[in-house]
Amino acid sequence: MTTAAVGTDRKPATMAQALCRAMRDAMAEDPAVHVLGEDVGTAGGVFRVTDGLAKEFGEDRCTDTPLAEAGILGTAVGMAMYGLRPVVEMQFDAFAYPAFEQLVSHVSRMRNRTRGAMPMPITIRVPYGGGIGGVEHHSDSSEAYYLATPGIHVVTPATVADAYGLLRAAIASDDPVVFLEPKRLYWSKADWDPERPEPVPGIGRAVVRRRGGSATLITYGPSLPVCLEAAEAAVAEGWDLEVIDLRSLMPFDDETVCASVRRTGRAVVVHEATSFGGPGGEIASRITERCFHHLEAPVLRVAGFDIPYPPPMLEKHHLPGVDRVLDAVARLQWEADWTATDHPTPTAYESGAR
Amino acid sequence: MTVLEQPGSYRPTPPPAWQPRTDPVPLLPDAEPFRLLGTEAAAELDPQLLLRLYGQLVRGRRYNTQATALTRQGRLAVYPSSTGQEACEVAAALALEERDWLFPSYRDTLAAIVRGLDPVQALTLLRGDWHTGYDPHEHRVAPLCTPLATQLPHAVGLAHAARLKGDDVVALAMVGDGGTSEGDFHEALNFAAVWRAPVVFLVQNNGFAISVPLAKQTAAPSLAHKAVGYGMPGRLVDGNDVAAVHQVLSEAVARARAGGGPTLVEAVTYRIDAHTNADDATRYRTDAEVETWRAHDPVDLLRRELTGRKLLDEATIRAEQDAAERMAADLRERMNQDPELDPMELFSHVYTQQTAQLREQAAQLRAELTAAGELPAAQEGRPQEGRQR
Repeated sequence: MTTAAVGTDRKPATMAQALCRAMRDAMAEDPAVHVLGEDVGTAGGVFRVTDGLAKEFGEDRCTDTPLAEAGILGTAVGMAMYGLRPVVEMQFDAFAYPAFEQLVSHVSRMRNRTRGAMPMPITIRVPYGGGIGGVEHHSDSSEAYYLATPGIHVVTPATVADAYGLLRAAIASDDPVVFLEPKRLYWSKADWDPERPEPVPGIGRAVVRRRGGSATLITYGPSLPVCLEAAEAAVAEGWDLEVIDLRSLMPFDDETVCASVRRTGRAVVVHEATSFGGPGGEIASRITERCFHHLEAPVLRVAGFDIPYPPPMLEKHHLPGVDRVLDAVARLQWEADWTATDHPTPTAYESGAR
Repeated sequence: MTVLEQPGSYRPTPPPAWQPRTDPVPLLPDAEPFRLLGTEAAAELDPQLLLRLYGQLVRGRRYNTQATALTRQGRLAVYPSSTGQEACEVAAALALEERDWLFPSYRDTLAAIVRGLDPVQALTLLRGDWHTGYDPHEHRVAPLCTPLATQLPHAVGLAHAARLKGDDVVALAMVGDGGTSEGDFHEALNFAAVWRAPVVFLVQNNGFAISVPLAKQTAAPSLAHKAVGYGMPGRLVDGNDVAAVHQVLSEAVARARAGGGPTLVEAVTYRIDAHTNADDATRYRTDAEVETWRAHDPVDLLRRELTGRKLLDEATIRAEQDAAERMAADLRERMNQDPELDPMELFSHVYTQQTAQLREQAAQLRAELTAAGELPAAQEGRPQEGRQR
């Protein structure tokens, strides 16, 4: 794979820039790609993720819509019916709720109810998650709602390279994709060459970001950096943790997750969404069903508390941090020295190039 | 106010003068529904058009009674009858060109059929199957929409997309009076007006949203009045006067095609039957009220006009009735055949390519069907459902 790509123009780029570039490249390649949403045009998005698109492609391709999420997604359905590939922005996680009916009743079902005659190649960009000091309705992790809806893919990048690669894959997909953008990571940087973006696995594949033999941390989106930091800190305790970045919650990569857990025998699922009814319950259940005889301990969850997302001054108590992850790891009933050192080095994209 | 006007105190900068948007088209609907049949203006109408409308109305009425009968026989899971509203259904379908799109609600199977859909296919969902039964692109009829008003933004998006591509396509979206209370109604009209999308919204005001009468649905003088706030013209029309509905819709379609933007048309009509076979309409309305509307029946209105002008004779009336009977007999016969359902197909179109999760679940159902000896013949020897990821 790419080994630091000597001679290319790799410069620090933010996740927001990589996302913007993904839309720009998709729009340049395919005139059917249209971006629409509140503030995406002249302002370039409140997070500047659509910066410059209206200027480059015109307001017909990157459209400031009226402030109405159901209308944004509902009109996108009609645009998709006529052969366009809309990329809609929901601005903030909790602002997407008015569009739920369109998502659940139509976007997710149109292909099915027309026996494949009406695909819905719509990408629904939802900036999600906390840690940015947002006031109420600006920090929800709503992935469980989306996961309960058959017919849509649910994808979330955690690295700059994935932000570009996954968004390109989402826009190219003939199926609707809820593209959850961890807004806490919008300004995270990596050396990344927009002219030669490294290839990343497509939708549906998880990657191992860190090899380890003691236990598996299963995570995604904003919690990936937390887990990687926890894994580094755990070395001092003698624990050698494997970290899996799911990247795609639906389809779910049972294969990668189970291969790891069968090897380590222990697993912790980490995410910001609530614990009860959150994705962690589903993931733990799948692991138990598939890897029961390999498990040395129950699958644990480190998740947000089952409370409405707290205000900025208190969110640090809610968000799963390194210490809480390490506490869970410690609860995995250690019996022996599980430190293993003979793991193959992860490939460039597996390690995340962060 | 008085505080700010004290001598020598702060003097506010006056705000810039507010400029109302002007539109050469008058937005307010007339106070009375527009009518043609029985008026002097009807003499100007094209006899061929009127006869065509008549034939469709007669067949539409027969289709409604036949579908209702099929519900009682258990052949349809549910049928929301449009008896009494046939003029709206027929006019909506015939006001469009072939390249245009129709966005029907669940009650508008008749409009879809007049547009060219095979009645059996159009009834697939109402029969209790899981799919539309037709390819929406074939006749440019969107899937019958069950959630209220959610198809309206689809119509706006499609019309907008067509315009962006340079096609002079118009979308006509149908909704009931109850649907006008939904948020999607508002958002669709607002988007359409702001984008000047070539869309026509047809509200069939049939008096009730299941049991709730219009007076409890809205405080607006009419549903057509709602157009004014969005900056589009609102038209009020007698929904049982097929010529009037056809004319108003045709004008709105022409205006939209010419770049004039959307129109909201309210057709005042009446639902003669209950909401569906699951509804008892006697709980919320009187027989006397229903009889008043029967006297204003859309089929009778046109027949009186045509016979009065000697455009329709007994032989033609009988010929149209016979054609309708043949259509009903064909529908009856085909609907009385058990449809061939393939349970494995439930997994085939959820995604472009089946996910590993769906493959596992499809295998489970296949095993259950095999064990029960119920695997459809089409499935024998078929290794897997759908394409693999």
